[in-house]
Formats: sequence, structure tokens, C-alpha cells
Amino acid sequence: MTKRQSKLEAINLDAYYGDFQALKNINIAMEEKAVTAFIGPSGCGKSTFLRTFNRMNDYIDGFRTEGQILLDGRDIYATDVRVDELRKEVGMVFQKPNPFPKTIFENVVYGLKIQGIKDKKTLQETCEKSLQQAALWNEVKDKLDKSALALSGGQQQRLCIARALAIQPSVILMDEPASALDPISTAKIEELIYELKKDYTIVIVTHNMQQAGRVSDHTAFFYMGELVEYAKTKTMFTSPKDTRTQNYITGRFG
Amino acid sequence: MPQIDEELNRLREKLLEMWDLVDYQLTSGRDAMANADHELAQRIIKLERKVNSYDIKIDRLCENFLALYTPVAVDLRAVLAVLKINTNLERIGDTAEGMARFVCKLDRPFDPELVELTKVLVMYDEALVMFRECRTAFVKDDPKHAKQIIKLDKALNKIYRKSDVVITNYLQANSDRIPEGLALLSIIKKLERVGDQVTNMAEEIIFYREAKVVKHKGKKKKKD
Repeated sequence: MTKRQSKLEAINLDAYYGDFQALKNINIAMEEKAVTAFIGPSGCGKSTFLRTFNRMNDYIDGFRTEGQILLDGRDIYATDVRVDELRKEVGMVFQKPNPFPKTIFENVVYGLKIQGIKDKKTLQETCEKSLQQAALWNEVKDKLDKSALALSGGQQQRLCIARALAIQPSVILMDEPASALDPISTAKIEELIYELKKDYTIVIVTHNMQQAGRVSDHTAFFYMGELVEYAKTKTMFTSPKDTRTQNYITGRFG
Repeated sequence: MPQIDEELNRLREKLLEMWDLVDYQLTSGRDAMANADHELAQRIIKLERKVNSYDIKIDRLCENFLALYTPVAVDLRAVLAVLKINTNLERIGDTAEGMARFVCKLDRPFDPELVELTKVLVMYDEALVMFRECRTAFVKDDPKHAKQIIKLDKALNKIYRKSDVVITNYLQANSDRIPEGLALLSIIKKLERVGDQVTNMAEEIIFYREAKVVKHKGKKKKKD
């Protein structure tokens, strides 16, 4: 078996909110064009960790990291890294769909316009491609000029995914992307993740064990700021090595 | 106790009830055979329906458990083990019934000389030990015990392998006892199957507790 290249890597990563240490010596390497799921109880550090990959935590007072996060082998916390450039490379989708109060079209091309792209044809082509990739095109192609807020929750979330795809990232971070959605919309998002991993590296935080099992190739279990276990998802959900992992995934924690 | 544990306990209890029922069939089968006891043999045959209804009930309980609890890791292995042990128990029940049907055709007990030569009672006792010890291993969740049980199957296989020659020689000298000889040969074959089925059950206990697949490992080694 040939070893696939690591797209994202954390080396001896510690993270602090003031005096509180949220992540403790995390070491992990994530494969390119694969889905990695982060699981663990609330407050275990998984979302903090996810947000280090596009430096979303930088806005939080007192937040600091030690150690390294590598994207394609390059330290994203290095002083010469521009955060706006990093975020073009690493897109993010949040728990609650958060479309802007604009039209569907304006939402998708928002990132491109911020980058200064004004060419109408480019914007239209990117909009269609992104919506198709997000499996939303057929549902919205005739109402691109309508408000995004009129879409259903599931459609809004796929719109947010399309918006993230439009800037052509190579990594997509998803923080509980389906936890606010009904089972049908959840299934669509999961199917979408499965399709997207052919072209993107995806990291997903989820509290839904079955979802982690269905969508991810690898799973990492976090507990109290530590990475307890990281393995192939099928190994993790059939024969986890650590008792804490077993207790968590079988619902017997604490 | 978490609800999932209560449900798993219910499954285990139901399986143990079935285990006891099949134990009764198997144990009585030995007495019925030794004494050509038709009445006892009939009782064993009748019990088969009850064993079958347990089989269906346990399958249904497992199906519900899988659908409602979507178990993972040790819970998933537990329910898979229960499913497979259930199947093997049902087959052992079938085997006991089959042996009882042979007993019903006997008009007198087997010739003691034939019984002695074939070691069928030794084999039967060994099969019963395996069957009961496997129950103990399951109750105690003890994979080490299960591994010991698998080793016991060798004794059954040894007797089984010799039985063809022993019975052929016996029939050459006692040509008036052909049906009796053939019936005993069939019973020996069935006992050999019981040994295999208990081995399967013991392997499931190891899989459940240690997440290790041990089945077919022995056969592989032999081929090598």
C-alpha cells in the first residue's frame, strides 16, 4: 500500500485560552482527499483544534498556540503567512447555516468579489460550478436572484458549502455541519461530503457517532484536550484500543 | 445500569434459556441412546419446536437491538456473537433431534461391544463437557476458558476419524447388525458436528471479548 501525502499535520501542538490549556501536545497527520472526523465530549478541544487550521481562534483574546500546524508541509502560524491567503486555501462550514442576507448568487460569489474578481462570466461560471458541486444547482438555478434566507435549512447549509467551494480551497473544515438539519438534509450533506472528498481534504467535527462512521475515513477521539486515539474509522468503531474511546462511542462515558 | 446494558442482558438471558433447553436435549439424548428409551427420545424431538421459537425470538431481539441502538465496538460484537451462538445452538438442537430419531428406530440398546469399540459414550461425554463449559465461558465472559474449550474438540475428532474402520470391522464380523452399526456411525458423525458447533460458539466468545477473529485459523495452519 502506498502512503498518501499528509495534507494537514499538527506537531506537538498546545493551545491556550489565557491560562487554560485547551489542547495538549497534539500530534496528528491527516491524509489528502480523505475525510477525518473529530469526535469527543463537549469541551474536549475538538472544535478549538478544527479552528486552528484556518486560524479562526486568532480573534479570541488570550488565545495562543505552541507547536506547529502544517498545511502541505508549511507552518500556517509562521509570521510570513497571510491569514486571508490561508483562508482561501482552508474553507469552513459552521454548525448553523449562515447565509448572508443577500441573493443566492451574491452569497456564492461573495468570496470572489472580496478578492476583486468582477468579470461577470467568471462569477456566473463559478456560481454554477459551486452550486453543482454542493448538489444545490437543480433546486436553485431558476431563483439565483432570490434571497438566500428563503431557502430551507438544508438548502442554506449546502449554499454555505457552495460559498466555501467557490473560492477553490483544498481543505474544507466542517463544524457539526448537519446537527441543525433534519434526517433528509443530513443525508444530502453526508452524500455531498462523500462526493467532495474526491477533490478536497475534509475535516469534520461531529457529535453524531453514526455520522462519523458513515462519512469519515479516519476518526480522532479527543478528551480533555488530549488526542486519545486516532485510527481508521472502521477500526475505531469496531475495536477501539483505548477504554476511554470505547466508553465514549458506546455511550458509557463518565 | 444504562438502558443499552439492560437490553444486552435481556438478550443474554434469552440465549441462556435456549442454551439450557438444548442442554436438556443433548443430555437426555445420551440417556435415550444408552437405554434405547423411545419415550425420552420423543420428548427430545418435541422440544425442537420450542428451540426453534427461541431461535426466532433471539433473532428478532437482535434485529431490534441493532435497529434501535446502532451499537458499535464491544456492544456490536456482543450482539453479533449472540446472533451466531444462537444459530449454532439451534443446529445443536437439530442434531440432538436427529440422534433421537435414530434412537426411536432401535428396538434394543446398541451392542455394548460396539459401544465400547467405537468409544461413542466417551465421545458423547466429551461433547457434553464442551457444551457446558462453553456456557460457563459465555456467562463469565472468559475468552481464556473459551480457548481451552476449542482444544477439547481434538478428542472428538480423533474418535470420529477412527469410527469408519472400527464399525466396518465390526460389521464384517456381525453382518446381522448392519442397521445398528450404520445408526451408530451416523450418531458419531453428529457428535463430531456438535464439537464443531461448540467450537464456533467458543470462537464467538473470543471475538466478542478480544475483538480477535480466531475461526478458520487452525485449518489454515494445517494447509500450510
